[in-house]
Amino acid sequence: MSKKMVTVTLFLLLVIACALPFVLTSYRTFQATLVLVYAIALLGLNILTGYNGQISLGHGAFYAIGAYCAAILMDQAGVPYWGTIPIAAAVCLLVGFLFGLPALRLEGLYLALATFALAVSMPPILKSHLLDKWTGGVQGIVIMKPDPPAFLGAIGIKLNADQWLYFFSLAIAIVAFVIGWNLISGRVGRALIAIRDHHTAAEAMGIHTALYKSLAFGVSAMYTGVAGALGAIAVQFVAPDSFTVFLSITFLVGIVVGGLASLAGALYGALFIQFVPNIADELSKAAPWAVFGVFLIGSVYLMPTGVAGALRSLRARLGSGKLFPLSKEETVP
Amino acid sequence: MKRTLLAFAGSLVLAAALPALAQKKYDSGASDTEIKIGNTNPYSGPASAYGVIGKSIAAYLKMVNEKGGVNGRKINWISYDDGYSPPKTVEMARKLVEQDQVLFLYQTLGTPSNTAIQKYMNAHKVPQLHVATGASKWNDPKHYFWTMGWQPNYQDEAKVYAKHILDTKPDAKIAVLYQNDDYGKDYLQGFEEGLGAKKNMIVARASYEVSEPTVDSQILQLKASGANVFFNITTPKFAAQAIRAAYDSGWKPVHYLNNVSSSIGAVFTPAGLEKSAGVITTEYLKDPTSKAAANDPALRDFIAFMKKYYPDGDIADRSAIYGYTVAQALVQVLKQCGDNLTRENVMKQAAAMKGFRIDTLLSGITVTTGPDDYAPLQAVQLQRFNGKEYELFGKVISTDQ
Repeated sequence: MSKKMVTVTLFLLLVIACALPFVLTSYRTFQATLVLVYAIALLGLNILTGYNGQISLGHGAFYAIGAYCAAILMDQAGVPYWGTIPIAAAVCLLVGFLFGLPALRLEGLYLALATFALAVSMPPILKSHLLDKWTGGVQGIVIMKPDPPAFLGAIGIKLNADQWLYFFSLAIAIVAFVIGWNLISGRVGRALIAIRDHHTAAEAMGIHTALYKSLAFGVSAMYTGVAGALGAIAVQFVAPDSFTVFLSITFLVGIVVGGLASLAGALYGALFIQFVPNIADELSKAAPWAVFGVFLIGSVYLMPTGVAGALRSLRARLGSGKLFPLSKEETVP
Repeated sequence: MKRTLLAFAGSLVLAAALPALAQKKYDSGASDTEIKIGNTNPYSGPASAYGVIGKSIAAYLKMVNEKGGVNGRKINWISYDDGYSPPKTVEMARKLVEQDQVLFLYQTLGTPSNTAIQKYMNAHKVPQLHVATGASKWNDPKHYFWTMGWQPNYQDEAKVYAKHILDTKPDAKIAVLYQNDDYGKDYLQGFEEGLGAKKNMIVARASYEVSEPTVDSQILQLKASGANVFFNITTPKFAAQAIRAAYDSGWKPVHYLNNVSSSIGAVFTPAGLEKSAGVITTEYLKDPTSKAAANDPALRDFIAFMKKYYPDGDIADRSAIYGYTVAQALVQVLKQCGDNLTRENVMKQAAAMKGFRIDTLLSGITVTTGPDDYAPLQAVQLQRFNGKEYELFGKVISTDQ
């Protein structure tokens, strides 16, 4: 795509995104907000797994930390909802970076297991008797839904709470994606990809692999934490049972289906994890996850590079005027 | 005179028309032909065993619809899977209220899930009726007018044990073992309130964390207190350990066990059936697998219902008869509402059940509510395990004021 086309597409997307809450019902707007939240989380995981090649089965834990940060700050300290986002980001950046340090020694499957342990231990830690003064134990914390700020009403813009939260999440998602894009398309992104593709070669080129890998962990956790905080505000409730290991696996499913190492893939993945389980539930009460499994297997077989990859090759074919896959002779130059 | 007559006739017509107008009142979700009711259940995930409740209710309502519905209206039961995950419950509850436009939510399952939607339901003034959880906080009509519990709650159950101890062993020395969380503390609080002024009968308290491997040391500590009555507030795995440890240590107290762990298969079998003999717990539902079932028309009906409408279901699964029972309470609320199917009237009628009897409840137990009493079931009967099965004993004990 030419640069001009990218700009036009992005502008159109923004217009559609801004129009959405005015044509959708409150409930659908709430779902759209959740899609944005998941997209931010998946973007974070994609930086780590897609671009840097470190597999994490524990991002649900960072999501939980972000969510609890927001809930505890709002519930106990009376911090306004918007103020909790940067704090959740900072806390998760730190926790992710620190977790990334020992994780440096672990490669591939071993890292996956270590992060899996983090995800498994998160609900019992949140339920723990030592923390229940803040976390509310098994009962969790109920938080109030933020109202649109007064100045909007003063200038004649009337939004309900769901619409306002959607725009709030949209703004954060845009900021997150712009930062992510800058990160990935520059020197840092090239370093991350080089480490993924060939660790030793990257080191030989003078890349400080240890620093970059822990940094990738930290930034990735930060994104997921911001998503967790936003998610908590949208759902208005946090409880340990919300952050089981299944959430972490769902995130991994999201980035693989959406497209590894693709920014747009995070959005496609978010749409998948938000809507496909609901469709599966409507198709079969008896075995919703079996239906989900069929969807998953189908999408992995039909789009092995994720939705983003499939769209990319579709565009390439349309551009070359050939809808059908190139035959073998044609691909060989 | 003519004018008076006319006015008189007019007022007559008005008087006749007014009740007709007043008769049919609908909020969204109700119409002349249909009543939409929403529900969330864990059909997948860690608590999916409870999904049987949602399926059993659906089967019962199918039977009701085949027989013509309630007051001529078919019940449209819309139940979604929330996987026992609170955020999913919030999403599904919003879908039911805003998208499907149900009249109210019924029997949403799980303490965290119901906590997650309680504020939303009350803010939107949509009933969250007969929730499927044992916590005592659902009986709070002052703060949460639109939320009502169903089953005997933990505190009420604990009061029944306290009452039985006061009646049968007024000089008892009581030891309590409880799980250190909201559930355990809920029971303990109810138990202490039940003992009232005699609270000092409790000579020893010990707690455990869910993360602990065993409760052996707590049992030895409680035994050392010299207590002759033991109230065991534990979840199934720890209940089995406690029963075994108490027996093996030679401690022979009168043993009360919370209903949470009353399953023979999950608790007494691993603990050892002979070691579990003598344990006392409570029940409020009839047992379709008991010997008495063959002679009980209520249970015969239930078994016939299962065969016809829920053939994949297991009759021995307590959740099946639970769903069958609570579905009858739903039908009763709708019957009482008549043609006034507004959300407010649903709550009003649900809070006006006076001694409503469902035949699968143990005999003598009825559903009673009031504007200040949002705890429909508050009576249970004690039962003792004889090493093979439960034997009911004593009278039905009610904690309803």
